[in-house]
Amino acid sequence: MSATMMKESDLSLRIRDALWASVVAGLIGLPLLGLTTRDGMHGLQVETRWPQLAAFIAIAFAGRFVLQTVMHRFKIAPKRRASTRPAPGVVDKGALAWLGAGCVAFAVLLPALFAGNRYVVDTATTVLIYVMLGWGLNVVVGLAGLLDLGYVAFYAVGAYTYGLLSTHFGFGFWQALPVAGALAALFGMVLGYPTLRLRGDYLAIVTLGFGEIIRLVLVNWGDLTGGPNGISSIPKPTFFGLPMAASGEGATFASVFGIDYTPGQRVVFLYYLILGLALLTSLLVNRLRRLPVGRAWEAVREDEIACKAMGINVTNVKLSAFATGAMLAGFAGVFFAARQGFISPESFTFPESATILAIVVLGGMGSQLGVVFAASVLVVLPELGRDFSEYRMLAFGVAMVLIMIVRPGGLISHRRATVNVPSEAKQ
Amino acid sequence: MTIDRPLLRVENLTMQFGGLRAIENLSMHAYAAQVTSVIGPNGAGKTTFFNCLTGFYRPTRGALTLSHPRRGELRLDAMRSVNVARTAQVVRTFQNIRLFPRMTVLENLMVAQHNTLQEASRFSIAGALNLASYRRASEQAIDNALTWLGRLGVRDVAEKAAGDMPYGVQRRVEIARAMCAGPILLCLDEPAAGMNPRESAELTALLRSLAKEQGIGILLIEHDMSVVMKVSDHIVVLNHGKKIAEGCPAGIKSNPDVISAYLGEDDDSSSDELMPHERSAHA
Amino acid sequence: MKYGGACTLHRLRTSLTGVDMSQALQQLINGITLGAIYGLIAIGYTMVYGIIGMINFAHGDIYMVSAFIAVTCFTLVASSGISSVVATIAITLVVCIALTSAFGWTVERVGYRPLRGSSRLAPLISSIGISIFLQNAVQITQGARVKSIQPLVTGGVNLIAAEGHHGAYVSYTQILIVAVTVLLMCGFTLFINRTSFGRQQRACEQDQRMMQFLGYNVDRIIALTFMIGAGLAAVAGVMVTLYYGVVDFSIGFQAGIKAFTAAVLGGIGSLPGAMLGGVIIGLIEAFWAAYLSPEYKDVATFVILIVVLMFRPSGLLGRPEVEKV
Repeated sequence: MSATMMKESDLSLRIRDALWASVVAGLIGLPLLGLTTRDGMHGLQVETRWPQLAAFIAIAFAGRFVLQTVMHRFKIAPKRRASTRPAPGVVDKGALAWLGAGCVAFAVLLPALFAGNRYVVDTATTVLIYVMLGWGLNVVVGLAGLLDLGYVAFYAVGAYTYGLLSTHFGFGFWQALPVAGALAALFGMVLGYPTLRLRGDYLAIVTLGFGEIIRLVLVNWGDLTGGPNGISSIPKPTFFGLPMAASGEGATFASVFGIDYTPGQRVVFLYYLILGLALLTSLLVNRLRRLPVGRAWEAVREDEIACKAMGINVTNVKLSAFATGAMLAGFAGVFFAARQGFISPESFTFPESATILAIVVLGGMGSQLGVVFAASVLVVLPELGRDFSEYRMLAFGVAMVLIMIVRPGGLISHRRATVNVPSEAKQ
Repeated sequence: MTIDRPLLRVENLTMQFGGLRAIENLSMHAYAAQVTSVIGPNGAGKTTFFNCLTGFYRPTRGALTLSHPRRGELRLDAMRSVNVARTAQVVRTFQNIRLFPRMTVLENLMVAQHNTLQEASRFSIAGALNLASYRRASEQAIDNALTWLGRLGVRDVAEKAAGDMPYGVQRRVEIARAMCAGPILLCLDEPAAGMNPRESAELTALLRSLAKEQGIGILLIEHDMSVVMKVSDHIVVLNHGKKIAEGCPAGIKSNPDVISAYLGEDDDSSSDELMPHERSAHA
Repeated sequence: MKYGGACTLHRLRTSLTGVDMSQALQQLINGITLGAIYGLIAIGYTMVYGIIGMINFAHGDIYMVSAFIAVTCFTLVASSGISSVVATIAITLVVCIALTSAFGWTVERVGYRPLRGSSRLAPLISSIGISIFLQNAVQITQGARVKSIQPLVTGGVNLIAAEGHHGAYVSYTQILIVAVTVLLMCGFTLFINRTSFGRQQRACEQDQRMMQFLGYNVDRIIALTFMIGAGLAAVAGVMVTLYYGVVDFSIGFQAGIKAFTAAVLGGIGSLPGAMLGGVIIGLIEAFWAAYLSPEYKDVATFVILIVVLMFRPSGLLGRPEVEKV
């Protein structure tokens, strides 16, 4: 639609455009909204809902008209990007560092700020699990550029490792953590190996396949995994050996510190535990990014051929990315199992992988802080809509699309350089 | 004067893709501390030659032997690209610049020194703990990178994203990056493309001094004849995958086969002068 | 795996010593039928990938929407007194293709066109969002429960008659599905290779920029590609409704993954590859479920995919994409 026509025909163009939108809305609304089938006496019967359909068409018309008007008014051209790769400049670390510090401070103080509100701390704990998962997947997808659609498999490996080790061999949380991490890292390399020669999208389907394979094995190999019923009675983590319980054999956290036990203590303890794990994850990933191995991840993402031409073993680089990402997911899995006390294959489905991927992309690939914001949005949004449970997932899907359209580079699309010219050398 | 052993020996190299013979029976030498140019019309097989040399293509037939100062005779045709760069220390640039666009120029050069740094970081453990040995290696690498950027005249863009640079700057960054990888044979694919005369004169001087002072061999694919004539110790001319001439710049310039295949006139002469082979037709 | 393995071997042994010839034939028939359905959906994936290089996660849900439209249409036609089976199916096919294509158009226009030119992952996430949206929209508007309809086409042909249920039987529905698919494939191949639109579409796959410079309306070509893909998925949706008689809002995801696997297996970007991949996966599923273990048939599918890709990284019929060094 050219914007150089006269005002009157502008309006008529917009009306025509909106009419067109309402025709399309009618076509797609008719079979799903306008008509539906209900179970009747002799099988299905068709039911009509013309008022709803009419409302839908009207909304489409109005919405399209308003959108056109707004875009015309503010001279926003339809977004059409040049098909060159965006090369975001490197931005100053100052602003982002302050923001990051602020987030950490807020996170540390959260249980105090919302004292007594168990729900908030609980939600924050969930957010932090996804933040940790997001940071882990960020290594694979954001830094190394390997499109992993089956990341949830490593999450499951971690969870089930703890579940099995604790229920069969009496492993505690802290003992299982390194084992689960190592095992997940091993799975990461094993699952990454067949993908090494594959182009991005083939890699995607293979990793998706692995995610599904793991889930199906979990569901069907009942002897090992408990099948669809999963594993229950998984012990909670202890505070350096002191269980967070009301009373038990021997000392408990409450008894040692001379305070009355409240269930809220355990919630807060779990929160600080995952916060600690998450902060360690962040430190690790940031450190690795600045090391040759982290730079190699990014270089392989940018141009594999150039890497080979400089003597970089691309296979090792990719496998290390898979292993590191998987290890972090394994850690998160252990925490997840410990927090729930119960795990089943239902928690490790493809929508989970998709959510974690969405967090990484929405956050802005490679950005640590972006993942924090994206995880907060993607976990809190559905929670906010809890009352409208039917519509909240609908809104969730819409939100995903909208955020991508408005900010396709993610919330924070800047990249911090891993090495700078030393200040002495700058003169 | 001792006769140097050639740094690179190419013997009967043939590269065939299905029905197409991109290179046929190519034999040539390149020497250390010298600049050898490979020229020819488009499609002559020059970049294919580079690809064979650097392990991206496996030659159909023939031998590519590098006399490494420390590792002896290495058969490049049997090595994968990673090892050609890592073990044989043959480093190249690309016809379509292959920088890492979203990383800074400095980071690009750090990646070129990956193997050295990776060793110093001891499986990333020394690196993660920021031990003194790693810190030193890292500082040295940065220093090395900045030095090369300076020599190529692009020191001031060290902290800019590599993809944002103008074409000529990117070319020079790519060369600096290649030098950071510590080559003993440097293969440059059209390094002067997109440069103005002053820049290509600087490049010419730089390449000659690089070869002499670092003792490395430089192999060059180039179309800019003024650069080729001034920078080369030795020229090999390809056409349709075959070598049609080899020798010093003066000889190549007056070689009739080369002229008819490719040269015509070089950049200095006026444009309305007939090409040699046309003169006789009009006489 | 011991327990599962022993059971599997046992089943394999009994299967092989039993009346295996007809069983094998039966599974072949079942597999090809299922494969045809997967193939139709897979073509949509491969066409979209071929032209704009994105994995359309919402495609499986388009197929699901079509199945729901088919249910409604069948019910409507039945209650309007039309008793001819042929007419019913024909009307439903036309209606489903038309309406589902509208969905395909809308999804592209709303979710992907605004993102054209940005990173590869943005449209992927957008497609995941659309997939979630479609599943929930159908759940809300059509109910979360399963919908079932009476079988429209009954009866079939006994290929190998035998005692009990060991014969090989091909139902008319199965014949219909395979016949429709074959006809569609022939017509579609002609369309893609002979018509000018087909040429334009293939040209867009090769070089979109150039097509723009030449003055072609690339937007329209892409939109039509989506609509065609949706149309083929629509046929699959109608077929699956006829075949199984049961639909629910979650069938899109499973079928989508299988169909996408089929497209990759066959070589993404290759139309015959998509159909080939679909048939292979249909056969794997049928045979594995019958002879070995139904629980692990999907595992088998993925393992075979991975093995194939390890030896042919571009899929069976895919053109190896050679990056110019």
